[in-house]
Amino acid sequence: MNQSASIIEIRNLSYEIGGRPVFAGLDMEVARGRITAVMGPSGTGKTTLLRLITGQVAADGGSIVVAGQDMRVVRRAGLYVLRRRMGMLFQNGALLTDLSVFENVAFPLREHTDLPERLIRQLVLTKLQAVGLRGAAELMPTELSGGMSRRVALARAIVMDPEILIYDEPFVGLDPISLGVILRLIRRLSDALGITSIVVSHDVQEISTVADQVFLLSGGKVVAHGTPQQLHSYPSEIVRQFMGGLADGPVPFHFPAPDYFGELLAREGP
Amino acid sequence: MNLIRELWQSLVEALVGLGAIVRFLLRVIAQSPRALLRLDLIAQQIYNSGALSLVIIMLSGLFVGMVLGLQGFQLLQRFGSEEALGTAATIGLVKELGPVVTALLFAGRAGTALASELGLMRATDQLSAMEMMAVDPIRRVVVPRFLGGVIAMPLLAAIFSVIGIYGAQLVGVQLMGVDSGSFWSQMRASVGLSDINEGIVKSCIFGVACSLIAVYEGYYATPTAEGVGRATTRTVVTSAVVVLFLDYLITAAFL
Repeated sequence: MNQSASIIEIRNLSYEIGGRPVFAGLDMEVARGRITAVMGPSGTGKTTLLRLITGQVAADGGSIVVAGQDMRVVRRAGLYVLRRRMGMLFQNGALLTDLSVFENVAFPLREHTDLPERLIRQLVLTKLQAVGLRGAAELMPTELSGGMSRRVALARAIVMDPEILIYDEPFVGLDPISLGVILRLIRRLSDALGITSIVVSHDVQEISTVADQVFLLSGGKVVAHGTPQQLHSYPSEIVRQFMGGLADGPVPFHFPAPDYFGELLAREGP
Repeated sequence: MNLIRELWQSLVEALVGLGAIVRFLLRVIAQSPRALLRLDLIAQQIYNSGALSLVIIMLSGLFVGMVLGLQGFQLLQRFGSEEALGTAATIGLVKELGPVVTALLFAGRAGTALASELGLMRATDQLSAMEMMAVDPIRRVVVPRFLGGVIAMPLLAAIFSVIGIYGAQLVGVQLMGVDSGSFWSQMRASVGLSDINEGIVKSCIFGVACSLIAVYEGYYATPTAEGVGRATTRTVVTSAVVVLFLDYLITAAFL
């Protein structure tokens, strides 16, 4: 197995959706066993980047190497072997709605192992305890709040003890207590088990407390990377605007549109 | 010139669509042996597609049989051969109405449920989540639903026909006064195994077609509320047309 310092290497990545370039010449290295945050304004393709890294979509150009596996040449079987070493937390949790919370967390174990029922039960309850939802084991996903669903999904993502854990907007809609728990959990998984974490998030404050390195994306490229502290004092307008949450700056708040007053005063609607 | 180009384009699109669904079928068949190891999943789907459709199938079977009894009696009376009602109703039900009406009802009841369930699983990232857990959604989700439908359809068609024959007997014998003995004995004398076989072959083929269309439309539904709705509608419309078209082909083949 490749034991270099980087577990994910992206070189000169390009990708288009419907003729619109999302990435053009993106370079990125994710350090093994560390927490890497990917941030950027809405619509910069952060979720798309996760889909490219996990092989859900194929890049148009450049290379992505994940745990020594070149994603350009990997076939379905190889991709599934690789994905057994990954866990992913979707924005909405993506729990299987016809299974209970317990069965959702047990799902990967039942599909990939022949463990005895007693052991499955212990593993599932341990993971549910870690996210504080052991008591909700028998509930159905429809009975959970958005935050609880996300925590169950996290328990499911870690039940196979992955090497790489990918979080897509893990903090959206969480109350402060759950947020603190999830943040500590991400840190603990990284410190105790050496799991590599990639977190896509808008929450500058929260992510600054746990991330080891941050990549800031804009315009299809990495515009800045470094530790959260380095980014807070980064000598660039765009980084200052994003980290400080300012409306004025190189990133326009408004979607491109004709003149405001001109459109308001026009007789005909669009 | 434009018309020819447009016709050509629709023909190409139809062939591409047909190719896609055949490729999907091959993928489903390739995954079926492994999915067969999980009999619990298939049993669950036979229950969902079959057992839950029983009430509508039985009710429809009863009414279709009763109408057949009424119409058949009226027609046969003109030739003074009311005793042949049993034969007429049974052949009509077993060869034609049983498989076809069951398939149409199946598309409306179970097919739409399958398509919307799969479409919503796609829209809520459940299928992507499975892919990310290295579980092939075709094997885990699509194949059990497909096989469940394929197994349920002939059973439902058989139940439909049996209830329908009872309905025809109810109207013909109990209401119109056809002799009970000749109703049953004529039927037994003139309905052969080849008639039953035709019904079985039809319902098996309709089972494959309706289940395949439903899981295909659901699996590839656009992941929006509108997309899932459209997939559900297309399931019913396509299934109905395909079933009636195949019905003609199979009937012609059995002549």
